[in-house]
Amino acid sequence: MLSLTYFPLSPPPPLLLRRTTTTAPTPRPSRPLRATARNIAIEEEKDDAVVVRGRRVGEDPPLPAGLRREAMPGHVAVIMDGNRRWARMRGLPAVSGYEAGLRALKGMVEMCCRWGVRVLTVFAFSSDNWLRPKVQVGFLMRLLEGGMKDELNNFMKDNIRFSCIGDSSKLPDQLKELITYAEERTNHNSGLQLIVAVSYSGKHDIVQACQSIALKVKDDVIEPEDINEFLIEQELQTNCTDIPNPDLLIRTSGELRVSNFLLWQLAYTELYFTNSHWPDFGETEFVMALQSFQQRQRRYGKRDS
Amino acid sequence: MDGNRRYAKKKNLEEGAGHKAGFTSLMSMLKYCYELGVKYATVYAFSIDNFKRKPEEVQTVMDLMQEKIEGLLKEESIVNQYGIRVYFIGNLNLLNEPVRVAAENAMRATAKNTKCALLICVAYTSTDEIVHAVQESCLDKWEAKASNGVENDKKGEIQEVNGVEREEKHEEHRAIQLVDIEKHLYMSVAPDPDILIRTSGETRLSNFLLWQSSNTLLCCPRALWPEIGLWHLVWAILNFQRNYSYLEKKKKQL
Repeated sequence: MLSLTYFPLSPPPPLLLRRTTTTAPTPRPSRPLRATARNIAIEEEKDDAVVVRGRRVGEDPPLPAGLRREAMPGHVAVIMDGNRRWARMRGLPAVSGYEAGLRALKGMVEMCCRWGVRVLTVFAFSSDNWLRPKVQVGFLMRLLEGGMKDELNNFMKDNIRFSCIGDSSKLPDQLKELITYAEERTNHNSGLQLIVAVSYSGKHDIVQACQSIALKVKDDVIEPEDINEFLIEQELQTNCTDIPNPDLLIRTSGELRVSNFLLWQLAYTELYFTNSHWPDFGETEFVMALQSFQQRQRRYGKRDS
Repeated sequence: MDGNRRYAKKKNLEEGAGHKAGFTSLMSMLKYCYELGVKYATVYAFSIDNFKRKPEEVQTVMDLMQEKIEGLLKEESIVNQYGIRVYFIGNLNLLNEPVRVAAENAMRATAKNTKCALLICVAYTSTDEIVHAVQESCLDKWEAKASNGVENDKKGEIQEVNGVEREEKHEEHRAIQLVDIEKHLYMSVAPDPDILIRTSGETRLSNFLLWQSSNTLLCCPRALWPEIGLWHLVWAILNFQRNYSYLEKKKKQL
């Protein structure tokens, strides 16, 4: 970030500028004043803003120090691991860990909205998690339902589009209906897209995509030799978004594996592992993950440019 | 095996020298693995994405591969020392003929070895592997359908009468299962890897074993591939052993 003192007579150079309180103000262009106090306040606010590349800097919330806006990941995915370990370390029951995890998720959504991430996919419940004790599974289902009911108004207010991926056939009916309702209600929102993976398996995602394609082969719509990666990608459950492949995957709690999450989609994703448990993953930790991401060179198998 | 070109730049070596140093590292690492009792070792030698590199570089790597593949069949090679069965995994039709022929010869010559296996991924990406598996699965089902065609027609008549034709079509639609895809993956000759090591500090999979590495321990040492040593392998194995009982439980559940 550059902070420059510039003189009223010369225009500011086309660099990213941040006005400090010690700089001299630019001369205000003369314009007809309107009578109302509110309009005067709006005019004053507009005149104080610094315009960079046709956009007022004030419209984009500032990024934390060291992060470059042009290098922000478009799609961030998270494996929210460690809720039960977090609770155990504090002598709390597992359910407290899940509740704390939900709070961390809300914080993550808010940061992504603020910093211009376009898609956030979170691994809320894996198909493997059905094997956990019934009491825990029941609690998680209720927590998901409660969380969605609480947040639906916020989704509308913050222009968040909600989507759900996974095998919904095993979910309780009420949760299924709530998911469908939330997806329909937020479908036209154009801000952050929040994709929640519930009862999701990366392998099953690929299998169901292949089954859809096999149906087309069976119906003579396509030949087996026409099957390609593009066709499969169109049938994966992440076809609900324009950016199906995450740029960055964060996994908390120190486990170094992807655990059947978005297997196809992670082909070129930068992986970031942290020892923090999910309920402790806040702004500091997310900034560190983003800084790590921004330092990486993504070559996709080619030579360095 | 990432970092060969950066190693050559770091040591001011000529182009191609990094890959040669990488081959030396590979031989050492394989020896360590087989001495420690590892049964299957898989290496990512050349990705389909790597064909996008400069033609001279691609040719250098192809020439090196041909030379080294032919070298594997020599008497004093590691293959005979450890009784290794060699597999070449990938879309081998994308290779030039000399390399492909050398690969096929090596697979044929080592087919009777049973002590351990070396899987060399060339002209490979995971997404290409899955596409190929789906194509083969469809062809399988298609052939099965065609050969049962007469029977099916008869069944079809009966079912129309019984009004369950719709259900039969639904079952056919579900015909491709997870096992069908797994059966046709190039990597079906080996179990899923327990440990995946990617050198040079890059922490990404780069379209390698996406399907197979769902529960694999990922290790990303900073060392460039030609700099890797026994201690990196031991460290990875120690970490694996710490998580062993949990990972075994996961495997059984799946």
